[in-house]
Amino acid sequence: MYGYSGKILHIDLKERTHWAEEKPEEWYKLYIGGVAMATRLCWENIKVGCDPYDPGNPVCFANGIFAGTPVPVGGKYGLASKSPLTGFIGDSLSGSWLSIAMKRAQWDGVVIHNASDKWVHVFIDDDRVEFLPADHLLGLGTYETEETIREEFGDDQIRSATIGPAGEHIVRFGNVTNDGRQAGRTGHGAVWGSKKLKAVSFRGTSGVKVADPDTLLSMSFDITEAAQGKYTEKYRIYGTSTNMLNMNKLGLLPTRNYQEGVFEFAELVSGEYLDEHHKVKVIACAQCPIACEQMSMVKKGPFAGAMTGIEYECLQAVSSNCGINDMTAAIRLVDLADRAGMDAMSMGVTISYTMEGYERGVFKKEDFICEKAPEGLELNFGNGPAAVILAEMIRDREGIGDILAEGTKRAAQYFDQERKAETWKWAMNIKGLETPGYDARSLKTFAVGLAVGTRGGCHNRSAAYDPDIKGETNRFTVDKTRGEVASRSEEYAAVYDTLPMCKFIRRCFTGKADRAGAWPAIAKLINATTGWNFDYDDVDLIGVRAHTMKKAFNIREGWVEADDDLPYRWKHEPMTIGPSAGYVVTDEELKYLKKIYYEAKGWTPEGLIPKKVLADLGMDDVAEEIGV
Amino acid sequence: MVASTSKFKYIVCDPELCIGCQLCEYICSYTKTGEFNSYRSRIRTVRVDEVLITAVACRTCENAPCVIACTRDALSQDPESGIIRIDPQKCDGCAWCIEACDFGAISINHETKLAEFCNQCEDIEDGPQCVKICPKDALEYTTPDQRAQRTRRSLIKESLDFPSKAKDPR
Repeated sequence: MYGYSGKILHIDLKERTHWAEEKPEEWYKLYIGGVAMATRLCWENIKVGCDPYDPGNPVCFANGIFAGTPVPVGGKYGLASKSPLTGFIGDSLSGSWLSIAMKRAQWDGVVIHNASDKWVHVFIDDDRVEFLPADHLLGLGTYETEETIREEFGDDQIRSATIGPAGEHIVRFGNVTNDGRQAGRTGHGAVWGSKKLKAVSFRGTSGVKVADPDTLLSMSFDITEAAQGKYTEKYRIYGTSTNMLNMNKLGLLPTRNYQEGVFEFAELVSGEYLDEHHKVKVIACAQCPIACEQMSMVKKGPFAGAMTGIEYECLQAVSSNCGINDMTAAIRLVDLADRAGMDAMSMGVTISYTMEGYERGVFKKEDFICEKAPEGLELNFGNGPAAVILAEMIRDREGIGDILAEGTKRAAQYFDQERKAETWKWAMNIKGLETPGYDARSLKTFAVGLAVGTRGGCHNRSAAYDPDIKGETNRFTVDKTRGEVASRSEEYAAVYDTLPMCKFIRRCFTGKADRAGAWPAIAKLINATTGWNFDYDDVDLIGVRAHTMKKAFNIREGWVEADDDLPYRWKHEPMTIGPSAGYVVTDEELKYLKKIYYEAKGWTPEGLIPKKVLADLGMDDVAEEIGV
Repeated sequence: MVASTSKFKYIVCDPELCIGCQLCEYICSYTKTGEFNSYRSRIRTVRVDEVLITAVACRTCENAPCVIACTRDALSQDPESGIIRIDPQKCDGCAWCIEACDFGAISINHETKLAEFCNQCEDIEDGPQCVKICPKDALEYTTPDQRAQRTRRSLIKESLDFPSKAKDPR
């Protein structure tokens, strides 16, 4: 087999054993890699119905089909466990060097079972597995942990995925970091923390062989060249943060915990401002010729020295969404989250939830007493320094941070009972995962994409904001086409997430990002790598199958139709200013949207998957278990 | 003392432009071995922290210290190109050359136990493949003299607000 080794590595943290599992080529043709393969591995290895912190919840790595080859943006891997935030599939992607080290170590995937009773660093050195003590790594930030490991071994080709202090403290939205990139959402860091798994390192020394290197190289040259032109200009020059002003103009920029969609200080936290005042350098993931990561630094003031890559999603969550107009505080907040190893998006929305509670009188200054603030915090919207201290309290589970570290859904349940309040009405999450940087009240197609999303409030898995914003659909209204649009949009995204390739390359194959523009080229890349004979339809089915696999996982873990819902605010509280003022997604609209979405999928009205649909996708064993 | 690099061409990386994508390592290892493997690349990217990124290949020093250090006379330097050549019959992978190299530009192939050097793809018509694939033009195939000249010229262009070309009066 070209492109794959045909082997999955299993590791047992309790028994300290490991074994290899061989998978047939047909299995790889179904699940490819990335999120689909990671979800499939989780499906095969989880103790069904277990708590996300149960040792029966495995950590599943699945590498990319193009990792370790020159195919642009193919250096990514998928990571899956049952999410501590949602109780459903937690599937994330991360880029850069780790996937390549894993490929050269000749493992297509790694499944880590059980839990350790001592903090452990798992070192996968080609086909050898070592269980190393990790006590000396405890408390270190994510970057420091990686660097310490490389220094210890004296080999800078060793690549590590690690958790930071947030993961160690089992902050529910802790994440996993490698090479400065994160498997960011759904709480992988907390799962690792529950297993006392501090780091997983790879060293791979084998070369990667592909079926048709000449075709692969010449295509890679062409795509690399196209990626220097207008198709990626947005990502290269300002990075995704350029969306701050775009979304603000459309009235979609989350502002003060999604109360409004227009931020009066948007200029001060824009990508353009960042570029002018804070940008140090642009860097790339391994294997990426685009380089979107805008490394930004605070040069003076109380947060001087903070430096990290700034993206739109993290930036809006900690700036406009918290009413913060001080870019230095925003950079520090993202920097803090990245070093602590927690999801800056969920963190930002948890902070904005707390700020709104403070302004509404549910929280008092003295609720925030901690070592750094002996008198407590005045946590009004816009108070950057207070937000930074609160983020530290969450990271360390200090004081009230111990509750907030559970995320908005669980924090609201706790405080509503304790304080006889209704904070759940402004707890912005879907299925427990905090919402992204596009206000869905006036993005009706995206609204259903989010509501039905298998991993909750996520902009990456449903790309349905795209037709809404581009005007391909009327974003303010609902019509019968939206079920199909939302369904096709998430299946489109799932192709990239499964290969996985970064979606920023999507226009560089032919200039057109649609299926007709991209799928033939992707089929050719797959064939040149593996020697298979994929065509347009095969590529398209990758996405359908990936999404179906994730949904099947959720059904087996107890999903019911009522779980496909939107936050209260988006259904009942319209914004008052800007182009999106006055809109909500009513319960009737949502009910209708879900109905036509399930229909478009060929599922039952309750959102369950018929046996035939699964069988047609070649997933007969899944049909046995959850098909109706 | 750092060895002098002088009249020969070599591959140099501008750390301001390098994004750390490693495509140079892929193309190099493929060109030399038929496989994609950073461990077998003769140009190596280095990422010290989040923003300190560059790539290093043989700098074709004059009076190359690696040649001098070789205890078995396995290494020689091409007088025309400065490229380091290796006699596989003599090299025993002892790594004295690696210790002598100020740039960390040499590696030992663990399978063949031979030292490996960048040979500037001298056997390929369109020259160094890493320079060809580099998406950000961070790699340059040049000599120290050319590089100094270019730096001088771009410094003047950047710091003085002159039109870049004299205008045709017509």
